[in-house]
Parts: sequence; C-alpha cells; structure tokens
Amino acid sequence: MLYIVIFFLLVSVYLYCLLGGADFGAGIIELTAKRESRDRTRILVTKAMAPIWEANHMWLIIAVVILFNAFPSVYSQIATSLSIPLVLMLIGIVLRGCAFTFRHYDAIKDFSQEIYSKIFTYSSLIVTFFFGLIIGSLVSGRITTSPTSFFDGYINPWFNLFSISTGVFLCCLFPFIASIYLIGDANDRLIRVEYIKKSKHTNLAAFISGGLVFLSAWADNNGFIHLFFSHILSVIFIIAATITMPSLWKAMESGSVWIPRIIAGSELFFIIGAFYAAYFPEIVVMKQGENLTFINSAAPEITLNYLRWALLIGSLIIFPILIYLMKIFKFRVKD
Amino acid sequence: MSDLLAARSTMALSLAFHIIFACIGMTMPFLMVISHWLWIKKNDDIYLKLTKAWSKGVAIFFAIGAVSGTALSFELGILWPGFMKHAGAIIGMPFSWEGTAFFVESVCIGIFLYGWKKINKYLHWVSGLLVGISGVISGIFVVCANAWMNAPSGFDWVNGAAVNIDPFKAMFNPAWVSQTLHMTLASFEATAFAVAGIHAILLFRHKEKIIHQKALIIALSLGSIAAILQPFSGDFSAKDVARRQPIKLAAMEGLFETENGAGLTIGGIPDEKAGITRYGIKVPYALSYLAYGDVHAEVKGLNEFPKENHPPILPTHLAFQVMVGCGSLLALAGVLFWIIRIKNKSYITGKRFLRFIAVCTPLGFIAVESGWFVTELGRQPWIIYSIMKTSESVTPVPGQIFPFLIFLTIYILLSGMGVWLMSRQIKVLDEDTNSGDGI
Repeated sequence: MLYIVIFFLLVSVYLYCLLGGADFGAGIIELTAKRESRDRTRILVTKAMAPIWEANHMWLIIAVVILFNAFPSVYSQIATSLSIPLVLMLIGIVLRGCAFTFRHYDAIKDFSQEIYSKIFTYSSLIVTFFFGLIIGSLVSGRITTSPTSFFDGYINPWFNLFSISTGVFLCCLFPFIASIYLIGDANDRLIRVEYIKKSKHTNLAAFISGGLVFLSAWADNNGFIHLFFSHILSVIFIIAATITMPSLWKAMESGSVWIPRIIAGSELFFIIGAFYAAYFPEIVVMKQGENLTFINSAAPEITLNYLRWALLIGSLIIFPILIYLMKIFKFRVKD
Repeated sequence: MSDLLAARSTMALSLAFHIIFACIGMTMPFLMVISHWLWIKKNDDIYLKLTKAWSKGVAIFFAIGAVSGTALSFELGILWPGFMKHAGAIIGMPFSWEGTAFFVESVCIGIFLYGWKKINKYLHWVSGLLVGISGVISGIFVVCANAWMNAPSGFDWVNGAAVNIDPFKAMFNPAWVSQTLHMTLASFEATAFAVAGIHAILLFRHKEKIIHQKALIIALSLGSIAAILQPFSGDFSAKDVARRQPIKLAAMEGLFETENGAGLTIGGIPDEKAGITRYGIKVPYALSYLAYGDVHAEVKGLNEFPKENHPPILPTHLAFQVMVGCGSLLALAGVLFWIIRIKNKSYITGKRFLRFIAVCTPLGFIAVESGWFVTELGRQPWIIYSIMKTSESVTPVPGQIFPFLIFLTIYILLSGMGVWLMSRQIKVLDEDTNSGDGI
C-alpha cells in the first residue's frame, strides 16, 4: 500500500521535472536568448507551452497533496525549515503564471508585453533555482527540529554551497530539457539548428554543474558522495546518464522529433533515479536525530489505503485525457 | 503585528484573493458552454463571438486561480505546520480527489481553448462542459476540508494526537453538505451577476448591441436561479451552525445573553465591553425561529461561553450583515429578472433595470468574501473547532510580517493588473462589435 503511494509521489516528481521543468526551462531559454532572436524564441515558447502548461503544473500539486496526506510530518518539517525558499518559490510561481497568461491574453499588444516577458522569464529562473535548492536542502543534513537560532533553524538548512549548487544544476538541466523539446517544435530549419546548438550548450552546462554538485558535496562532507557510490543503482544510473550523451547529440542532428526527446527524458529519469536510489527510503536528512523516511513518517494505514484508491482511480481518469491533450497539440505541431 | 496575526493575515489575504479566481474559474465555463451550445444549435455567429470572449476571461481567471491555489497548498504548511501535521492524514483525502478534479479541469481547459477547428465540435463542447463540472467538483472537495475544520470528525483526539482516523468520515463530516451547497451556489451567483453587471454597463453605453443583450440574458438566467435558491441554502447553513457551533451563531448575531424566543438583529454594532449590540433593528422571535424552527427556542448567547473562546465579535457580526444584505439584494434582482422576462422582455434593456444590474456587479463577490470572513473568523480562536487552537498550530518561524507584506504587494499588484487587463479586453470587444450588429 505504502509503496503504491511512494510510487505515485516519485512519478509525480519525475513528471513535474520532465514536463513542468521543460516549461520553466523554456522561460530560462527565453531569458538567455540573444536580442535578435528573442521575438521568435518568445513565439515558439508560447506556442509550445500555452495549451499544456497548466496541466504540466498539476504534477507539483499532486506531489504536494501526496506529501501532506501520506507523509504529513515531512510536509510540516519542510514547510517550517525551508519556509523562506518555499515562499520565494511560490512568489515566482504566482508571478510567472500570471505574467505568461497576461502576455498571451492581453488584448492590446503594446509596451506591456515587455513587462510580462521580463516577469515571466526572470521568475522562471527564480522558481527553478529555488526548486533545485529545496531538493538539495532536503539531504544537506542541516534541517533541525530544535533550532538554536533563527539562522540555525531557517537559513542554514538551505543557505549552503551544496543546496545552491543543486539549484544551479536545475537551472542548467531544465533549459536543456526545454531546448530538446523545442527542436521538435521548430518549423524552420534555421531555428532547429539554433536549438540543436542550445541543446548542446545546455547539456554541457548541466554536465558541468552536475559535477559541481558532487564537488560541493565533497567540500560540504554531507554524506552525499558516500551514499551515492555505495548504491550500485545510483552508480549505474549516473553512468547511463553520461554514456547516453553522445547518442543524444547524434539523434539531434538526425532530424527526428521524438528520439532526442526520449533520450533526454531517459537521462532525466537516470539523474532523478540515481538521486532516489541513493537516499531511498529517506526523504529528509536531519541535522540530529533520526532522519525522516517514507516508512517512519507514513500516515496510518487507513489514510494510505484511501489515498491509494484515489491515486489509482485518478490516474485512470487523468492519463487518457492527458494523452489526448498531448496528442492534439504535441504530435501535430507541424500543422 | 504579532507573528500569529501576521500569519492569519497572510492566510486571509491569500484565500480572499484566490476565492475570486476560483469562483470565476468554476462558474464562468458554464456561461461559456451555454453560449457555445447556442452557437452550435442556432449557428448565430454572435454566440461564437461571445463564447470566445468569455473563454478568454475563463483562461485568464483560471490561470491566476491555479497559481494562487498552488501557493495556498504550500501556505497551509508554511503558516500552520502544527495543523497540517495532524490534519494531513485525516483530511488529505478530499485534497487528493481535488487534485484529480483540478487536473481534469486544467487538461480540459487546454483542449477547449486551443481545440477550435482541431477537434469535433461536440467533443469540443464537452471539453468546455468538463472544465465547469470538474471545477465545481474540485471546489466541493476543498470546501469539504474546510467544513471538517468546523465540524471535526473521523478521528479521536487523545493526548494531543489523532487516533482511530477515518478519512471517509472526516471528508463527509456533518457540515459538508451545508457548506458545499452554500459555496457552490455563491460561486454561480457571484460570477454570473458580475458578468451580467459588466454587460449591463456596456449595454448602458451602447443599447443596440445585441451581443451584450444575449450575454446579459444568459448570465442573469443562471445567476438568478442561484440567487433565488441561496437564501434557502443560507437558512439550512444557519440551522446547522446553530446546532454545531452555537458560539459562531451568537457572534454572527451579536447576541450576548442567552434568550428564549430570541429576536433577529439586523445591522447594529456589538459592544464587547458592555456586552450589548447597539443600534440594530430587532425582529422579535425571528432568530429562534430561523435557527431552530420554533419561536420560543433557546438561543445561546456569547456570555454562555468562556471569554477566551470568543471569536472576534464585531467583524464576524458585520461580515454576516454584509453577506446577508448583498445576498438579499441579489435574490431580489433574480426575482425581478424573471418577472420582467415573463411580463415584458423589452424592459431588460431598459435603463432602470440595467442600472440596477450594474450596481449589483460586485455584490456577489462582496458576499462571498464576507461569508468566508464569517466562517473563518467565527471559528476563531480554533483552527480545528474545539480541538486545536490557531495559536498552537502557527509556524515557529519568526518575522511573519515580511511574507505578509510581500504577498500583500503582489496581490494588490495582480488585482490591479487583472482589472486593467479586463478593461482592455472589453475595450477591444467593444470596438470589434461596433460595426453595426445591433437589432
């Protein structure tokens, strides 16, 4: 029972990183686009995102709901110790969604478009950074139930080299996912070439910043490296993520829409999988005392039972219509 | 400002902001699908234009509702970790269903908004309908969770922890029917009257515009039904509150002394120190009758309860008066609409009626906001009624004033932008339809 709930939580996180992550990454790509290509980037991003960004965003809500329903003490602990980055992330989420919608629906296109774009692109970066920072903070081993000071309780858990480097890593990973998507969405050959280049750059950036995560973990001595290399699955996954890189680069050039997307999606799966495998079943590594795990923080059996049915039935409803939505908009972009 | 007050203000602000967008996201799709249906059946392009105009409104409000709702799902934990630690396992179930319903809504809204000419027109219409239905369902689930805070059930509270949890009983707690019914009707009423009001204002300017006439009739037909039903649902809710939360009823009414055959106070200002409500109009026996269906029934006053368990009386009482006042006016508007519609349709575009409907534009939302103030303030000092105090559940993180000020700034800014955006939409719609498609 518990494992079904955990499965759905992990799947939601993965899908949020894959689909929501691509949306956030698209915002970052627009932010970093050169002045002369900004307009066509904006048009492409809007066209690719508009019909599906709300659905993509839902995976975060599903993950949060599972977390506070099935693992309420974990949810409360995170919401307390990491409340500052969470609030900053939420502000970003609210501003970003509003700016994107306003930009798309404002009946009069004038100077306001620039403002919406600025808010949308900067908040895409901010949300991605804090999302990554929060993930890193969960395992940085600084979260405490008995803080000795404001700094110790509510700043130190996330304001450290390791958490910041996971934030930076995501800021490279998400635009990488996005630019791979966008290769397939581009109608024009020149734009395709541009996104192939962007995909390669962001892929390299993700690779390097991934290295930085390990480096900062080593400097921080927070047990991440030890855990990572003592789990065979983590090692296999990270090797898999690395050795698929050349085939991805080749696939990008091949002109196929779906092969690069599938490889990039698998790479994301390997990266997240490596992370899960190293820590599972732990969710929050505490500064002192017992770490919070999926097992010791689980809600009573009856709650999990109801939640399991809700998730199973819910997914039977959601997946078919979601696939239908994707089919209408994602498989026919060239129309 | 204390951290507790700041946290409560942040929560109140976020909910007050979200509820407007949630209501519109829930209800406006129904207006849209009615117009869409009329287009399919009558093949009159004016309905197509109206459907598209309304669907833009839905898209904008739904998006803001979705992101502000996401913020709320985190704020529950950020502001009230002590509450969520216990409540999560008990009342998480409606949220998990809400997640599903909301997901369906966000998928269907994508299909509807971008599916023009891409999919079969009936299927397209159904996707719009599903936006509305799943929106209402997700609203019902969320209100179930709130009802549980007023009528905690499905667990035993032993030594500061919940045991014998039954999520099913918690979700279908004694207050769920009255609260979800009241809120769903309120959502239809507020949205439809706001939409009707805006079209009335536009008609006022250009009487001949047929698109606004059609819009007005669709919106008022839907809104009036909700507005006429709402007083009955309100009565049902009041009887429920009288039974389960007598102290909330006493605060709503500004009733200090327990009375047999208590009168209903309309208006008035409760004076907590003196323990009386001044300047109100008293309708004899009415409160006893409304609360218990018996003119001589005993209605408990505030003095019956220890002072530390009193909710803030003045704001609760005033908010209740405002809600009832707005609701009554809208019910009147609803009745008037049907009388005119049956007797003489042409009066609908008459200046007097349009002026009245224009005045009604914000009333539904004022009622929704004040109604939530009654529910939430009236439950204080408890977060889970009679089980856990709000002060026990607040976050230990100091400096809560800062997130409050940040959210305040953002929400004021976004509200301003929303109004600005709407006015620009309307301006363009106005110019578009200016080319003589009047009667």
